Amino acid sequence: MAAYILRRLVQSALILLGVSFITFVLLYVLPADPVRQIAGRSATAATVESIRQQLGLDQPFFVQYANYLLNLVQGDFGRSYLQKTEVAELIASRLPATLLLLVAAIGCELLIGLPLGIVAALNRGKAVDNSLMLTSFLTVSAPQFVVALLLLFVFAVKLGWFPIGGYGTFAHLVLPALTLGILGSGWYSRIMRSSMIDVLRADFIRTARAKGLGRSKVILGHALPNAILPIIAMIGIDIGLFMSGIVVVESVFGWPGIGQLAWQAIQRVDIPIIMGVTLVSAFGIVIGNLIADLISPLIDPRIKLR
Amino acid sequence: MKKFLLSTALAGILALPALAPAQAEEPKHGGNMIVTYKDDVATLDPAIGYDWQNWSMIKSVFDGLMDYEPGTTTLRPGLAESYDISDDGLTYTFKLRPGVKFHNGRELVADDVVYSINRVVNPATQSPGQGFFAMIEGYDAAAEGKADTVSGVSAPDAGTVVFKLSRPDATFLHVMALNFSFIVPKEAVEAAGADFGKKPVGTGAFKLTEWTLGQRLVFEKNADYWISGVPYLDSFTVEVGQEPVVALLRAQNGEVDIPGDGIPPAKFVEVMKDKAQASLVVEGGQLHTGYITMNVTQAPFDKVEVRRAVNMAINKDRIVQVINGRAVPANQPLPPSMPGYTKGYEGYKYDPEGAKKLLADAGYADGFATELFVMNTDPNPRIAQAIQQDLKAIGINASIKSLAQANVIEAGGAGTAPMIWSGGMAWIADFPDPANFYGPILGCGGAVEGGWNWAKYCNEDLDKMAAEADSIVDPAKVDERLAKWSEIYMKVMEDAPWAPVFNEQRFTLKSARMGGDDALYVDPVSIPVNYDYVFIKE
Repeated sequence: MAAYILRRLVQSALILLGVSFITFVLLYVLPADPVRQIAGRSATAATVESIRQQLGLDQPFFVQYANYLLNLVQGDFGRSYLQKTEVAELIASRLPATLLLLVAAIGCELLIGLPLGIVAALNRGKAVDNSLMLTSFLTVSAPQFVVALLLLFVFAVKLGWFPIGGYGTFAHLVLPALTLGILGSGWYSRIMRSSMIDVLRADFIRTARAKGLGRSKVILGHALPNAILPIIAMIGIDIGLFMSGIVVVESVFGWPGIGQLAWQAIQRVDIPIIMGVTLVSAFGIVIGNLIADLISPLIDPRIKLR
Repeated sequence: MKKFLLSTALAGILALPALAPAQAEEPKHGGNMIVTYKDDVATLDPAIGYDWQNWSMIKSVFDGLMDYEPGTTTLRPGLAESYDISDDGLTYTFKLRPGVKFHNGRELVADDVVYSINRVVNPATQSPGQGFFAMIEGYDAAAEGKADTVSGVSAPDAGTVVFKLSRPDATFLHVMALNFSFIVPKEAVEAAGADFGKKPVGTGAFKLTEWTLGQRLVFEKNADYWISGVPYLDSFTVEVGQEPVVALLRAQNGEVDIPGDGIPPAKFVEVMKDKAQASLVVEGGQLHTGYITMNVTQAPFDKVEVRRAVNMAINKDRIVQVINGRAVPANQPLPPSMPGYTKGYEGYKYDPEGAKKLLADAGYADGFATELFVMNTDPNPRIAQAIQQDLKAIGINASIKSLAQANVIEAGGAGTAPMIWSGGMAWIADFPDPANFYGPILGCGGAVEGGWNWAKYCNEDLDKMAAEADSIVDPAKVDERLAKWSEIYMKVMEDAPWAPVFNEQRFTLKSARMGGDDALYVDPVSIPVNYDYVFIKE
């Protein structure tokens, strides 16, 4: 177990190194000059060059990358080019909001997706199944921006049940979490359905039924624990999907998370922030998958970690 | 020696703050105003902040030697009580107003002014405003880091600051009113280090009391402000991270006083059709021109006939319709509210047939293919499509390259873009003076690699005329100077490196409880509002 975790951690570090390299290359070849963004439109050529030197952007690519890594291993993400604030501070101030939304959104996805998947599996091939699967197809393909604004308009503006965007209380959390929950639930209901259908065909379910167990006991006590395994793996993958989805949802709901920060930084070519947010997100995805893999054998002892 | 004693005029302002803008109603004190923005506030350091969002917040936290009458482009003294200009126009002597205090309680002295100017010119500060101070003696050495201080700025005593210029420059007083000239206390800058922009200390009407990153900034009234009775608000809160569409919904719900990013284009018609909402919208001009640049160093735009033909091909009225009438058609580089604007000039009239003839004269009877660069946010791609259709009608096939702002600016600076529609990156004046629309965007100085003169247009005769115009510093000869500038821009139009398209209007939505003259909500130098002079009626 310990050897497995160690190996996975080393792999994770290599993945992060790869992510940092690819992001750095992409930002380097970008046909937009961050120095011009800093220097503004009235700067002389001399001012531009002086800023370029101070930021080390006149150095060759590999020197810049090596310097970045050297600072990074010391925990220094650098300072934002335009805000002049420590990137670590900017990310730290926004990470709690994103993590809270992450937990709430995945909670919503499970609460919506799993029951629907089970119901669909139990009614396989019937109208209920077909309409549920059509719904799940629609939710995973619906544009986030539209769904977010629609929920906001109906539940916050028209009905006044929730605040119109913002952050701070449970009421603020409901709509953004629900938006992500509805949109992501389709994945879970589909996976739950197919996994459940497989399990319901298994011999031990027939045995349980033959013993005379009640329908609900068979489903919840025997079928569900065996069908849940792919869901755990899906949560790991879902963290990655979530990271790409929060940019829009955080913007619409004024949720002060790292998605919003990343979007603003991209528009302003604020490279230290883009690098920082990318690495932190990649770290979250890698760790999320690692945890999902570690949990699996606890649920199903047949799985061995190698 | 020309002597301008402004203390009398200022005594009036000090005693009767209500007179500052002509107001229909008696201002009330108190209350908290809520303003929203989509983007984070980058910094409140006056040497660094250079976007329209933090520009007016910085104006409320800091002051400069000079200032503007609220809601106007008229210069008035700020921290200076009076000033002198020597006969040769090379020496400016400012007398400081006594008893002005920074938010940390210390009294402002002349050394603070010297420190602030040196700081902004020092390359280590990385100020985007550094170049504005080039007329001060000793600028070059300081800007290049060869000297620690700008030799032309000195403080003979605690109440006097003297600026020696290397050339007469009529824009100098405007520069002294720019945010980059605002006065900062050395001890606060040194204590905060690189974080001064998050912990600003100035002499302004408001002080920053809370900054929750990514969420909100709270500014509270400075009870010791040197203009008595100002500001009227007890505080204002800036909430960031709010999409413009959502901010509008919140404003309609009474939760927001001013959506700082304005009315989103997609919602504009809906708002203006609704009488109740439209009555809360204030419209005003701004010092902005939207234009198409044509790279004069590249064929076919190296031929003046081709550039004039483009000017005649553009149906500006239709483009104004594309943006729901949020602008007025332009016929010259300067916007109508800018001093020096040439009244009565009609520019190139919309005439596709005449344009075709000009193209034929230039040897392009069959037209040609080119590229039009444009920033990729609405409504700019739609405007570019309208331009594309107009050009097509005279035989020019322009393919649209719709890119992120930074990429368009890069292509413009590098000179690789044959045509650029300036929308979203267009020139909005730093200060209300015609000179500000020339140097960086039409002068030879800007026509370099990375410069903002995207047409790469360089007419040395005009540069000479511009220098002459700016050497007229005597306020009695201001009309002579403006006439010179008008002539310069008319010559620019003859050479036609740009096709001016429209001047954007500003539309500020305010809540029903907000009071103060309409001009304060479309203040030409404080966008979206002049925080110091607006008030809450209830």
